[in-house]
Amino acid sequence: MSALARYLPLLLLAALWELAARLGLVSSLALPPLSQVVVAWIDLVRGGELIGNGASSLWRAGAGLALAVVVGAALGIAMAWWRPVNVLLGPLVEMFYPMPKSALIPVTVLWLGFGDGSKILLIFLGCMLPVTIGAFNGARGSDQTLVWSARSMGASRLRMLWDVVVPSAMPELLNGIRTALALSFILLVSSELIVARQGFGYLIGLLGANGTYDAMFAVVLTVAFLGFAADRAYQALVHRVLLWRE
Amino acid sequence: MSGRSQIVIDRVSHTYRPPSGGATLALEDVSLEVRTREFLALLGPSGCGKSTLLYLIGGFLPIEAGKIVLDGQPIPGPGPDRGIVFQHFALFPWKTVRANVLYGLERMGLPRDERERRAQGFIELVGLTGFEDSYPSQLSGGMKQRTAIARTLAFDPKILLMDEPFGALDAQTRHLMQSELLDIWRRTPKTVIFVTHDVQEAVYLADRVAVMTARPGRIKTIVDIGLDKGDTGILKSKAFIDKVDEVWGLVRDEAIKAQAARMSP
Repeated sequence: MSALARYLPLLLLAALWELAARLGLVSSLALPPLSQVVVAWIDLVRGGELIGNGASSLWRAGAGLALAVVVGAALGIAMAWWRPVNVLLGPLVEMFYPMPKSALIPVTVLWLGFGDGSKILLIFLGCMLPVTIGAFNGARGSDQTLVWSARSMGASRLRMLWDVVVPSAMPELLNGIRTALALSFILLVSSELIVARQGFGYLIGLLGANGTYDAMFAVVLTVAFLGFAADRAYQALVHRVLLWRE
Repeated sequence: MSGRSQIVIDRVSHTYRPPSGGATLALEDVSLEVRTREFLALLGPSGCGKSTLLYLIGGFLPIEAGKIVLDGQPIPGPGPDRGIVFQHFALFPWKTVRANVLYGLERMGLPRDERERRAQGFIELVGLTGFEDSYPSQLSGGMKQRTAIARTLAFDPKILLMDEPFGALDAQTRHLMQSELLDIWRRTPKTVIFVTHDVQEAVYLADRVAVMTARPGRIKTIVDIGLDKGDTGILKSKAFIDKVDEVWGLVRDEAIKAQAARMSP
C-alpha cells in the first residue's frame, strides 16, 4: 500500500474537522478549526512551552520505561529459570498485573512528591509487569535441545542463560515491551494531568483551564503523534532484531 | 573394530517423572560397553528409552541408578568431549550458519583466525559453502542437519551422540546424509552412538547394533554387523539384506509390544 493510500483516511478526517468547524456545524469552542490549532502549535513551539514541557515528559517516560524493561526482563527470566524465584514472585505478579496502575498516582506522589520522581516510579511500576510476563513466557518456552546443545559445547549455566534463554525469550519479550511502551504514554499523561508542574499532561490541563482550546488541542495532537511515532519506530526496530525469523 | 571400552554403562535404570501424571520406568538395568572409535547403533521401537540412554551419556539427565563411566571417570555433566546431534537440529535460530558452527569454537577460547578457519573447513566438509550467512529458517531440513553436524564436528568431540539425526528428513535426503556421515566418519574416526528406529539405517551405518526392548528399555541383544562399509553396492548385497532380516527379526516383537502398549493405556 502506498503512503498516500495509507494516510488518506487521516487527511479526510483533517478536512472534515476543518470544514465542520468553519461551517459552524460544531461550536468552535468544542472543536477549534484545525488550521487554528496548527497556528497555536507553531506559537507553542516558538514560545518554548511545548519543547520544555515535552522534554520533561519524554525524560520521565524514557527513564521509567528503561527501568521497567531492565528490571522486568531480568525478573521474568529469573522466574522462568529458578523455581524459588517463581514461587516467591509468581503470585505477586499475578495479583498486581490486572490492577489499574493509575490508582497508584496519588501513592507515588505521596512518596516522591510532584516532580519527576513520582512519574518515573509510576511508569516503572506500571510498565514492568507486561515486560516481566513477556520475558517469563518467552524464557520458559526455550527449547530444551538448544539448552543442551549449548551446554555440550562448553557453555556454563550462566553463559547458556545469556546465549540461549535470553534470545529465545526475545520475541515475546519484545511484544511485552510494546505493550509497556503504549502504557507509558497513558500513565505519563494521566499522572501529569492530575499532579504536576511540568509536562505534556500539565500543559494540556493548564491550557484547557485557561480556555485556550486551540492550543490545548495542539498539545493533545502532539502527544497522539508522538505515541504513534514511538510505536512505529519500535516496530521497525523489532523487525530488525528479529530478522532471523523470516 | 577392536579397541578397549571407552564408555561402560553398568546396570542403569531411569524413571521419568513428568510434573503431572505418573512415573514411567524408561530404562531398566541397562548394561552396555562402547568401544573407542566404533560406530554403535541403539535400535528399538519408539518410546523404548534409547534417547534417554543417549541423554544420560551426554550428561543432560541425572543418573539415578547404576553408573556410566567414561574413560574411567563418572560422567560429570554435559561437556565438549561428547558432541550431540538432535533429530530436530537444535540450531540457534538467531545465528547464521557460520555463527552456529563458531559457537563451540568460541567456548573453547580459540583465537579468532583459527576459529574462522576451522568453521569454514567444516562448512565446506558438509557442503554448505555459499550458505555461511544464511539463517536456519532459510535452509532445508537436510541443510539444517548438515549445519548441526558441522557445528558438532567443529569442536572435535571424542564421542558423537546422534539422536535419530536423519529422522526428520525426506527419504532421499536421508539416504544421502547416511552415506556422507559414513564418509566423514571414515575420515575423522570418532566413537559414534547413533539412536534410530530404522533397521536398514542401523545395519548400514553401524559396526554393532544394540537392539533394545519395548518399554522399559533393556538391551535385548547386540548384533555384530561386520560389513565392508567401503563397498558402494552394499545396499544390494545379499550379506546386507540378510543382516537386515536378522536384525528386523529381533526388533519385530518389540515393535509389536510397543504398539500394543500404546493402544491400551
